[in-house]
Amino acid sequence: MQLDHLPLNRAAVIRAIDWDVLPDQEGHRLRSLGFEPGVTIEAMHKGILMWRDPLAVRVGRMTVALRSNVAAAIDCELKP
Amino acid sequence: MTQMPPLVALVGNPNAGKSALFNALTGARQKIANYPGVTVERKSGRATFDDGQPVEMIDLPGAYSLDPDSLDEAVTRDVVLGNLEGHRRPDALVIVLDAGNLDNHLRFALELIAQGLPTVVALNMVDLAERDGLQLDAEKLARALGVPVIETVAVRRRGLAPLMAELERTLKTPRPSVEPVAVSFGAKNQQARDIARSVIVSETAGRQWTRRLDSVLLHPVGGVVILLALLFLMFQAVYGWSEAPIGWIESGFALLSDAITGTLPDGLFRSFLTDGVIAGVGSVIVFLPQILILFLFILLLEASGYMTRAAFVMDRVMAAVGLSGHSFIPLLSSFACAIPGIMATRTIMDQKERVATILIAPLMTCSARLPVYTVIIGAFIPSTTVGPGIGLQGLVLFGLYIAGILGAMLAASVIQRFVTQSRTSSFLIEMPRYQWPRLRDIALNLWQRAWVFLRRAGTIIFAATIILWALLSFPKAPEGSGISQVEYSVAGRIADGLEPIVRPIGFNHDIALALIPAMAAREVAVSALATVYAIDAADEDAAASSLGPKLAADWSLATALAFLAWFVFAPQCISTIAVTRRETNGWKWPIFMVTYLFALAYAAAGITYWTARSFGL
Repeated sequence: MQLDHLPLNRAAVIRAIDWDVLPDQEGHRLRSLGFEPGVTIEAMHKGILMWRDPLAVRVGRMTVALRSNVAAAIDCELKP
Repeated sequence: MTQMPPLVALVGNPNAGKSALFNALTGARQKIANYPGVTVERKSGRATFDDGQPVEMIDLPGAYSLDPDSLDEAVTRDVVLGNLEGHRRPDALVIVLDAGNLDNHLRFALELIAQGLPTVVALNMVDLAERDGLQLDAEKLARALGVPVIETVAVRRRGLAPLMAELERTLKTPRPSVEPVAVSFGAKNQQARDIARSVIVSETAGRQWTRRLDSVLLHPVGGVVILLALLFLMFQAVYGWSEAPIGWIESGFALLSDAITGTLPDGLFRSFLTDGVIAGVGSVIVFLPQILILFLFILLLEASGYMTRAAFVMDRVMAAVGLSGHSFIPLLSSFACAIPGIMATRTIMDQKERVATILIAPLMTCSARLPVYTVIIGAFIPSTTVGPGIGLQGLVLFGLYIAGILGAMLAASVIQRFVTQSRTSSFLIEMPRYQWPRLRDIALNLWQRAWVFLRRAGTIIFAATIILWALLSFPKAPEGSGISQVEYSVAGRIADGLEPIVRPIGFNHDIALALIPAMAAREVAVSALATVYAIDAADEDAAASSLGPKLAADWSLATALAFLAWFVFAPQCISTIAVTRRETNGWKWPIFMVTYLFALAYAAAGITYWTARSFGL
């Protein structure tokens, strides 16, 4: 399931990240913020009004805001 | 030759509490300058070891790795590696780690330690980590990293003495030099996570304040309402809270002026002091309270961690004009002053978005416009109410802010579509935990801002005022000729040349005159007008009364409104143009900026003037 479709407040594990569809800079920043396969994440909040974009995602003990087009490149699996 | 004190660099991830630690270690003895060749702000300060030996500390910009993706990060890398020309390599590093965020921060720490410089790790914000239910084993971390680790709580000044003692020891017994080893990104990440996991003593759910606050402040509807309410409160406070202190400053200058008039004989020197210095500089210093209140709010929003939430809430709105939430923070700062606003764009990753943000930053109503707006509104807009608690004057001022914002939005979408031709913007940012802002840090920062403002008033504005006073005072109009001194003076004759250009948009001779020195800074327009009318005043009584009534008697309402519209857009600030040139590395963008803003200003003033005239104003 792609991160932008993940239900809120459910822990999930990153299965794969499609680095090729991400612009270089965003891929680089995403990596330095700790996104990589095997890491546990959780979608916590979605943006305002009808847009519901960007997303606030918990990575480790950190909260990161990202847009859904970037989130779509992150494939994850809900933890049981 | 005296030996230079050792240089110690504080380095770490953004939001690790680095600046708080820096403030705690160096106190108020700080120097703000730029790194050689770049405009990244270099904060340095002195600390002393137990034996009295001084040590110079620098606070490096926060970074995620030594492989930069912003200008700030590049400076950090260059300083740490000793590659920044004209800047010596630090003798030691203090790596500042957020104890609550080790899994993400340790990788950069490993990268830094591998550089082989003498290093001490400050395990910072241990109190916040404990609040979140996390207990760590600092000794175990020290063994895993191979460098000393000291637990600190910078904002409570905890652990500072042990940190300095350890730093002293480390500097005296340098580590055996190690060749930096290249380890792959993934491997380093894995190592970092393994260490982070191994040093956890206990981990409980904790209270998770940040999460609870976020569910309110990032709420799809509530979050928007709260942000708007905060912004409203902020601008309300700028006017509401500043009234009294402005009154004090005004009466202070009035007393001073009276004292000078009472003691000095009438003549050129007295005119210089009262008409030039006090009328000019005084009319600007009066706005210090408003500027400080605005900065206070912005500093509080930043220190508490709310600023990135505001960016989150605003992201989609900004995306509509081709920008992102990243641009919101510099633009909000630009309401105080475009210069720190433009410098804050350095955190924007996308270069096109960064240029677009710089170009529209001067459209945010900065505090330097307040003197202009306040004087004109006070003189021309009746202080009546148009509804419960809503004054007409306040409404007009609010309208001017909105005009600036709408102008900026329009400019941004045109610029992003046709000038920078950017197709996408991006928003990817760490949202720090909420923190109670520390009074000490806020006070220190406010003091630095106040000092910058006063220095500006004392230099640029002082100089512009004196030059203008001289240009207005000479040559002396012949006694009894009936020609006004202002018309006869050098400045009056220069203004004659400009007048035909600004006449079509409703500006008179005095405005033409005030616009020239106001190129230095917008607020000079007020001091210039004050000086013009003070010198032109036929008798002492008229000179003593304030600027507003004189303008009201002399200008039509249409002219006053056109003058306001002009200042919504006009790029009249040398410092902003200079900082744009530095930040964009050339003249292309500042020239573009000045041209399009003057064109907008001319058009807006013209439209306003002729519309007002057609309504018979």
